[in-house]
Amino acid sequence: MAKITMREAISQALMEEMDRDPAVFIMGEEVGVWGGTYAVTKGFYDKYGAMRVKDTPIAENAIIGGAIGAAMVGQRPIAELMTINFGFSAMDYIVNQAPKLHYMFGGQFTLPLVIRAVGGGGRQLGATHSQTPDAIFAHFPGLKVVSPGTPEDAKGLLKSAIRSNDPILFIEHATMYQVRGEVPEGEYTIPIGKSKIQRTGKDVTIVTYCKGLELSMKAAEELSKEGIEVEVVDLRTLRPLDMEPVLESFKKTNRAVVVEEGWKSYGVGSEIVSRIYEEAFDYVDAPIIRVAQKEVPLPYNRALEQAALPQVADITAAVKEVLK
Amino acid sequence: MKKEQYLNLYYQMVLIRRLEERGAELYQVGKIGGFMHLYIGQEAVSTGLIAAREPRDRVITAYRDHGVALNCGISANEVMAELLGKATGMSKGKGGSMHMADTSRNMWGGHAIVGGHLPIASGFAIGDQYAGNDNITICMFGDGATNIGYFHEALNISKIWNLRVLWVCENNQYGMGTAVDRASAVTEIRQKAEGYGMKNGQVDGMDVTKVYEAAMEAMKFVRESSQPYLLEIDTYRFRGHSMGDPERYRKAEEVKKWQENDPIGIFNRYLLEKKLATRKALDEIEARVEEEVAKAVEFAEASPEPAMEELFTDIYAD
Ligand SMILES: Cc1ncc(C[n+]2csc(CCOP(=O)(O)OP(=O)(O)O)c2C)c(N)n1
Ligand SMILES: [Mg+2]
Repeated sequence: MAKITMREAISQALMEEMDRDPAVFIMGEEVGVWGGTYAVTKGFYDKYGAMRVKDTPIAENAIIGGAIGAAMVGQRPIAELMTINFGFSAMDYIVNQAPKLHYMFGGQFTLPLVIRAVGGGGRQLGATHSQTPDAIFAHFPGLKVVSPGTPEDAKGLLKSAIRSNDPILFIEHATMYQVRGEVPEGEYTIPIGKSKIQRTGKDVTIVTYCKGLELSMKAAEELSKEGIEVEVVDLRTLRPLDMEPVLESFKKTNRAVVVEEGWKSYGVGSEIVSRIYEEAFDYVDAPIIRVAQKEVPLPYNRALEQAALPQVADITAAVKEVLK
Repeated sequence: MKKEQYLNLYYQMVLIRRLEERGAELYQVGKIGGFMHLYIGQEAVSTGLIAAREPRDRVITAYRDHGVALNCGISANEVMAELLGKATGMSKGKGGSMHMADTSRNMWGGHAIVGGHLPIASGFAIGDQYAGNDNITICMFGDGATNIGYFHEALNISKIWNLRVLWVCENNQYGMGTAVDRASAVTEIRQKAEGYGMKNGQVDGMDVTKVYEAAMEAMKFVRESSQPYLLEIDTYRFRGHSMGDPERYRKAEEVKKWQENDPIGIFNRYLLEKKLATRKALDEIEARVEEEVAKAVEFAEASPEPAMEELFTDIYAD
């Protein structure tokens, strides 16, 4: 096992898949000459050239719509949204076209499309540039939504996404590119649509993903020092949602906290809690708590922004609350 | 223009430059966060442009907005305070560098979604047309913004509805790291107005007097004819796209060449040659600006952080 950063993991996945399949190419803003705004595609332009690493104009509709078209005729484009917030400028393509076309035309063609998008707050970028709108995208049948929380998962899931014949939104977190983690040597993939237990424990189940995983693992460590052992289930894929490990864990602990960075209302947590109540009501020993972002547009000021975002302390407090 | 007006323009340009230089230092030591896009090199554009507006004319721009804010009469104190995220900033520290606005001065914001503010600018003009006044909306945006659909939708509607919008493209040759010829089908941005049957022009953005004259003429046209106009202003940013830009996409010689056309240097020489100012008068302006910026930093640093309750204010009006 090698220890690498999230950035390296994603970069490796892209490179390996581009080497493996000539139909794979990248298009997006500043992916080429600049090397990617988060330096994920650094060196790609020199290695693969302008045909496979396409610097686009600032034109999100042309990027996502164009990638859809290229996918429909048999290529395997990876479209990059510099940030997921700019995806709103191409919302029609992401939620109203890509998820529908295969179904609506009776499966006549496939859409092997990956949209990589950088999301998340915490960098003082202000209200329009800091969102974690994952739940909105996960609302649409026909679109798959993946959002990894470790380098190992990021690499394996992105490789699967590129090989998949469905449109997939792959959400990365802007503050996690330096996160380090063990990654298997050599070729591997991780199936899309499988949740994973990232830490075992007997007292409380934390259900989370992406940035929430980073925070929850820290919270778990702190709680462990106090003798509370939490089990952390990482969703990894929001749609299709794999509830098996969540339910299994919950049936063991009977208590849960759901952690997400996005807003609480109508969020990922709302879905998870409903599903637990629907599918494991008899096992509920305490009301389930959702830890999420305060219901405000994110402010620029650092202290205010941090106050709005979920913190490790919020998670530890929630765990103690469900244990009462 | 009267002599004092010339000196005032010089003062504004130097103020933008010095305030941003201090801003860059404060960013480096972590007192300013987020994205910060400097206007250094482009000062003549907004300075000449906004000098030509009537106070009732509205200004709206993108995230590269510190200069525009100062030109619109927002104080250095307030700009610096907003940069530091303090309660005394125009947006109470909630907006930051990219979101400077003071609607009482008809500065309707820095906007950070590329091209997103163009249809809103059309909307200002729709509102003013509806109200029956002859206000102009001055909408500034980059070369890169002319490749996104927002631009085309906004230009088209402004033409068919006879809206008083002065579209101002600040062509600084790059959208982030992408040179205009790699992103735009035509490199002369003003040509895009032709497709909408819209009157247009182009001017050297390193010369504030030329910008001012072109802006005066364009605004006269917009006000009198009730028609939109697209003005392309050619310029160059001397610094990176935003703080921390590795600038791999352009050569140092290219930057140096443009820096020889420093808009402040050009105007300084012009003022002296035309005997519109003495060296002493210009030095005094420089000194005054230094002091003003130093005071602004002091003010901003001494200002309180926004109260925690501010997190939940202004979400809704009702
Ligand atoms: C819709 C959207 N896409 C992408 C971005 C990221 N972005 C911010 S500024 C910028 C470049 C804009 O270039 P230009 O319009 O020429 O303005 P300049 O920065 O040169 O002043 C890009 C791509 C964004 N803010 N909004
Ligand atoms: Mg530009």
